[in-house]
Amino acid sequence: MNLFNGGNILLADIPVLTMEEFRQEVLYYCHSGARLQNLFASPENSGKVRLYAILGFDEEAQIRVQSTLVSSDNLQYQSLTPVLLAAQNFEREIAEQWAVVPLGHPWLKPLRYHSNYRGVEDLWADIMTRPIPGAYPFYGVDSDEVHQVAVGPVHAGIIEPGHFRFQCHGEEILHLEIQLGYQHRGIEPMLTGNDLKRSVLLSESIAGDTSIGHSTAFCEVVESLTGCVVPPRAQVIRAVALELERLANHVGDLGAMGMDAGFLPSSSYFGRMRGDYLNLLLALTGNRFGKGLCRPGGVLFDLDQTMSDDFCNKLVIYKKEFEDVSELLFSRPSVLARFENIGVISPMIAKQLGLVGPVARASQQERDVRIEYSSGIWQFNHVPISLSATGDVYARALVRRQEVLRSLDFLLKILPTLPKSSISSPVGTIKPNAFAVSLVEGWRGEIMHVGISNDQGGFSRYKVKDPSFHNWFGLSVAMRGQQISDFPLCNKSFNLSYCGHDL
Amino acid sequence: MLKVLITRFKQGCRTLPFPKGQPPNLPERYRGRPIIAQGTSVDLGKMTFVPETGIQYSRDFRMAVSTRAGLLLNNGEIVLARALQREMLAIFGRSLKLRQVSAGGCNACEADINVLNTPVFDLSRFGIQFVASPRHADGIVVTGPVTRNMREALMKTYEAVPDPKIVIAVGACAISGGVFADSPQVSAGLDTIIPVDLYVPGCPPHPLTILDGLLRLLGRIKAQKGSV
Repeated sequence: MNLFNGGNILLADIPVLTMEEFRQEVLYYCHSGARLQNLFASPENSGKVRLYAILGFDEEAQIRVQSTLVSSDNLQYQSLTPVLLAAQNFEREIAEQWAVVPLGHPWLKPLRYHSNYRGVEDLWADIMTRPIPGAYPFYGVDSDEVHQVAVGPVHAGIIEPGHFRFQCHGEEILHLEIQLGYQHRGIEPMLTGNDLKRSVLLSESIAGDTSIGHSTAFCEVVESLTGCVVPPRAQVIRAVALELERLANHVGDLGAMGMDAGFLPSSSYFGRMRGDYLNLLLALTGNRFGKGLCRPGGVLFDLDQTMSDDFCNKLVIYKKEFEDVSELLFSRPSVLARFENIGVISPMIAKQLGLVGPVARASQQERDVRIEYSSGIWQFNHVPISLSATGDVYARALVRRQEVLRSLDFLLKILPTLPKSSISSPVGTIKPNAFAVSLVEGWRGEIMHVGISNDQGGFSRYKVKDPSFHNWFGLSVAMRGQQISDFPLCNKSFNLSYCGHDL
Repeated sequence: MLKVLITRFKQGCRTLPFPKGQPPNLPERYRGRPIIAQGTSVDLGKMTFVPETGIQYSRDFRMAVSTRAGLLLNNGEIVLARALQREMLAIFGRSLKLRQVSAGGCNACEADINVLNTPVFDLSRFGIQFVASPRHADGIVVTGPVTRNMREALMKTYEAVPDPKIVIAVGACAISGGVFADSPQVSAGLDTIIPVDLYVPGCPPHPLTILDGLLRLLGRIKAQKGSV
């Protein structure tokens, strides 16, 4: 069954295939151009577990939903991962959340370390008694000449916790395994239920640096299921905030990458300039991360003429400053020497892993929700896609640089012509027993929220997918054969979310 | 090289005059310390400063306090953080090294702590520095609601910091669990696990709120009662 971004469908209308048909469908489409955007499970009243696969047809802007049932007495199915690499994290998640075994998964281990949501025996008997995710066995390389390097969960900088285990031969990384889960707060179960007022606040804290992205996705799920039409002005204000969020983070990332290449001037300037965009969000929403702006039905704060003039004036200056400093960064031979040919992801690998966002675009993958699955104001205002082909740290920096300039152009174009309308529409009750999907191009890439409604005006299952969920494995692969001293730089060039992954 | 110098010249000096001069004027919509009506009270430690609760907010960013009870605002009065005791000040007053531990935070608090290292706030001019190892640190700054999976790593970090040490809780999550307070995966606040010397409320706190708290803790800004 096909949907557009922001569409919904009755649960009863989603076909339930046999397990074999389901498998064939997913493999057929994924091997002929579609992308596995989501794979997750949801409990049925019968005690069975229903698997949903969401396939994205980027060129047609279509989202295909398929489902199958895993029977309650024999909770297992044949894993897709050996023939569809992009499924690997999803299948680990399903195994952990619902105690369903993907038979033949090549590296089945817990993802976030929590007990399952069905209240039955966990697949890993000691998952709750061994407190540290890092204490679980890692993929090892056995040799007298190979050594392991363990980093985290508490890192050297002011960043989130995660554990990195390197298998090294001298300086060369043979394999990197990334074990997360430390940030697991139990967001999905909290979003399940009827308290939508609390849920929208939670959606702003899935990943604080992507507050606008995730809260927009949440609001769009609710708006889809309530049939609420968001006024055009509110849509534009959301888009403005989304781009400010992207600007702040991309500029900050460029600074951090310069820092790890040992070039401090640009990192100081970019670090400060990042704050300029956060301060615009502060002026608009009262919070530097945009918390409090997006609510089902629209936005809570208007952007009046005075403010939009002020923003435009400032953005013209910020653009000039950005051009100056990025020219400084990109013209330094010492920086380029550190950026080029480091952490290469080939277009083929990027496709196989199902990478998203700037990381994918740096490997020549044409995917950007704002363009392919455009909804709201993006349907009428196009931002050119920024691509690069080399897939190295340089490409990831270059894509960010382009996206900053294009976001600035977009804002300068749209701010003087805000549509005149209210900023919020009333929200009705949620359509029962339906399934809604929303996609937002956050600054890290494709955010997907899926809401399955109950018949009491809330959700019986809520699924959040942060772009980092796809991309962490990309970082692992990018490090193979690299020097361990290149890890910090390569890590910054991905700059993935720990909390967005851990939920 | 010339390009570096030209850009440096164009950038100019961007450091805030705070705390010696006037703090910057925060925008009208900034949600600072709430304005509490007579006879009512509010727990700053649980507040996520959302706009639609009917609470009125001032633009005063000063909110850091020394005790959990100090976060319960009655009639709008707040006793801002007091300086460390004299023996502690003698050790930390001019050089404070901190280790940050993110324990389930959404990365907003972490990001706005990081901002203190930018030229705008230039934290190092106060002798305060974030260091890479707890063994080099005089204290820890904790963000996030202390998830079940981070608890042991947090305790190990805390124990690795040599005595005497200080603990700073930044953000609603670290103070009370914040928006995640009802989740079985998180704790009910950092001070239910280890003693806390400074509470900085907010979701996330503005960098100035954090800086103001740190400077008060070190006696760089004198204790005063604030009211709005």
